Amino acid sequence: MFIIFLLIGISVTVATGFLAAFLWAVKSGQYEDDYTPAVRMLFENEPSKATKHEAKPKPH
Amino acid sequence: MASNAALKTEAQTCYHCGDKCVDEVVMAHAKSFCCTGCKNVYELLEENNLCTYYTLDSNPGINGKREVNDARFAYLDDPGVEAQLINFKNESICKVTFYTPQMHCSSCIWLLENLYKLNPGVAETTVNFLRKEVSLTFSHQKTSLREVVQLLSRIGYEPAITLADTDGKKEKKRNFTLVYKLGVAGFCFGNVMLLAFPDYFAMGEEVQRDYGKFFGYLSILLSLPVLLYSAKGFFQAAWQGLRQRMVNIDLPIATGLVALFLTSIYQIITGTGPGYLDSFTGLVFFMLIGKYFQQKTYDTLSFDRDYTSYFPVAVTLLKEDGEEESVPVRNLQVGNRIRIRNQELIPADAMLLRGTAMIDYSFVSGESEPVEKVVGEVIYAGGRQMGESVELEVVKEVSQGYLTQLWNNSVFSKSEEHSMSTYANEAGKWFIIVTLIVAAGSLAYWVPRDMTMAMRAFTSVLIIACPCALSLSTPFVHGNTLRIFGKNKFFLKNTAVVETLARIDTIVFDKTGTLTEPSAAELSYKGKKLSPAQEQSIKSVLRHSTHPLSQRIFQGIAGATAEVSDFEEYAGKGVAGEANGMFVRAGSAAYLGVKADDVQDALKTRVYVSIDGVVLGFYTFQNVYRGGLQEVLQSLGADKIAVLSGDNNHEEARLRELLGTEAELNFNQSPVQKLEYIKQLKNQGRNVLMVGDGLNDAGALKQSDAGIALTNSVTNFSPSCDAILDASSFSRLSKFLAFSKKSMNIILASFAVSLVYNAVGLTLAVQGLFTPIISAILMPISSISVILFATISVRLAAKKAGL
Repeated sequence: MFIIFLLIGISVTVATGFLAAFLWAVKSGQYEDDYTPAVRMLFENEPSKATKHEAKPKPH
Repeated sequence: MASNAALKTEAQTCYHCGDKCVDEVVMAHAKSFCCTGCKNVYELLEENNLCTYYTLDSNPGINGKREVNDARFAYLDDPGVEAQLINFKNESICKVTFYTPQMHCSSCIWLLENLYKLNPGVAETTVNFLRKEVSLTFSHQKTSLREVVQLLSRIGYEPAITLADTDGKKEKKRNFTLVYKLGVAGFCFGNVMLLAFPDYFAMGEEVQRDYGKFFGYLSILLSLPVLLYSAKGFFQAAWQGLRQRMVNIDLPIATGLVALFLTSIYQIITGTGPGYLDSFTGLVFFMLIGKYFQQKTYDTLSFDRDYTSYFPVAVTLLKEDGEEESVPVRNLQVGNRIRIRNQELIPADAMLLRGTAMIDYSFVSGESEPVEKVVGEVIYAGGRQMGESVELEVVKEVSQGYLTQLWNNSVFSKSEEHSMSTYANEAGKWFIIVTLIVAAGSLAYWVPRDMTMAMRAFTSVLIIACPCALSLSTPFVHGNTLRIFGKNKFFLKNTAVVETLARIDTIVFDKTGTLTEPSAAELSYKGKKLSPAQEQSIKSVLRHSTHPLSQRIFQGIAGATAEVSDFEEYAGKGVAGEANGMFVRAGSAAYLGVKADDVQDALKTRVYVSIDGVVLGFYTFQNVYRGGLQEVLQSLGADKIAVLSGDNNHEEARLRELLGTEAELNFNQSPVQKLEYIKQLKNQGRNVLMVGDGLNDAGALKQSDAGIALTNSVTNFSPSCDAILDASSFSRLSKFLAFSKKSMNIILASFAVSLVYNAVGLTLAVQGLFTPIISAILMPISSISVILFATISVRLAAKKAGL
């Protein structure tokens, strides 16, 4: 039955890890702006001017 | 053919800003633009391969009609001003954050974040859309602050740089302490709950014997952060209340929490039971959720602005040798000569020396008609010049002006004190008295009979009577009310305002801009009747003038325009021109040679017209009262309604009709008088609501119990207040007031619900009948049911009230 002590130890450690991750996320400002990043990730990474001309003829 | 062409113009919208192309259509690159400003921005973006801007959102641009003069950013070259604006600077880079209220769509985000393509000196831009902020990093060797700001304003996103930005850096960082506390409490609650499961499911003596101690001590370990960190706020508030000899809601909560914790520790250490640590952590967690829910803030709104958030940072100073220099507004001294250009703000009370001033005081008084000032008149700070550039001599320093000295009043220096007499605190006082009596009673009853039973009953009473339900219902009712108001464009500063609104018995309105519609002035004509042809001629001639009054009349007359020849505009006087073969002149009384004694009502702006040398009459502008005003005023249900107007009393009769005979009407009120009037009402023991819109109401708004600032656009400047109301929702004002009263009743009802729980719980607890499992289950269920009750009833009430 020693296994229960071990498992509880592990589960609490893992949970503490998540708590620490959450606290870090708040501290690093990830909750400051919960709108813009969602929009930003949808912007396409445009190819630079030179490559754009080459890529243009290809139909999508 | 003609109708075809008309259709075409009607359908044409500006490719850049989406406005209808009314006056002219600028065609370029096979696209139509409403003005050259818009076209220029398009060309700039096109040149730099930034046309994605137009594909993300259609017509995302900001109208470029308002021409900007790059010279007015000269003050940004001043190292002193620059140092105050910049967040961080080292040898190579500068970081700065601007507020750009024009931002409105994803195209805006995209363009601003691609700013480096327009200016290679910009290293990085990050947009916070909700706060409408742009954070820039640029290399100050390659570019300068001024160039960056000029670029932003050229593409339509002119940052709002005001005097407040130079008041030292106020870090607007949001406070996340509550989130930390909530995270810790949630983590501990979850784990303690897991460890308590064997008890709930009565897994048998075996598990209890083998692991009971281990689970117990681990639970204690996990509860310590909750007690010491998450629940700290409740203990602090209770202690503060005690020190002020006041009983607040936090005192019974703190007592309950301590009793719960100590009993649990005692049971675990002595091995007499598993304790209630799951309930303890759960309670703290739920109450923190309530606090978090209550803490709703509106990112783009600011409730504590003063005149400095409106005034510019710098002004053009004219030196004795005639040279112009940009100086910080704070350094202005009496006797300085300044130049104010079109659309610039007058930062200090000053006397007009040269030019004709048309001053727009809409942000100060709510008056939409620009006021004309002639040389020698003193112009009060806060007005915006429309038209030509003028020269002025400063007669008072910025902080000593007619308007700005309002902020020297003691009302503004007082820090906001938290009202202790909230519903919850009132109820909490009675709660703890009853609880203590019952607890002492049960102790007295059991001590002679059974000592362990006595202890058990005593602590049970304290635990069960912990007014968690009470402290939960208030934030949830308030929080939901706040959200419902927000959905209806009525934005409260915080939840305490709901309670203040519910107590209001006296309502004071500002007149101009609050009761009246600032954007619409009714045009009325007095004099000899005009034939349609004459009206058309007047309209045609005025069309060519950029003067705001000309534009107003032009828009006010219906019909088409005719060809105009020999048009001439005399600055400060009027216009002349020929249309339909009639020679039209329009302008001031002096310009048309109308005798002075005919101009009695000089306080009203008049535009006289003459045709072929004969003066026919004049146009005036009349305030238009807001739609639905009468219904709002009649359904307010306040004891007393008053109006404070900075204007003269020429509208008294109309106001009487609207407000009834009992209303108090005060005219010619200065900003300070308005403040004093509210103070007087408060001294009479009234709960005063002030509804205003301009800077001149700022003192009254601050002095009142609840100040509502009315605004046509919530991102615009609004003076310091408790709530911001979008003008489109003005007709719902009485509903809002009624609803805040209703939400107080809902709190009372949820008190009643929780009291039933507590009464049942108490009767069982004093008899010592509670097993740990029952209390462990009862506790979270009662909390959740109160939360549900509060939320659902507020939503239902809102639906019923039509909000």
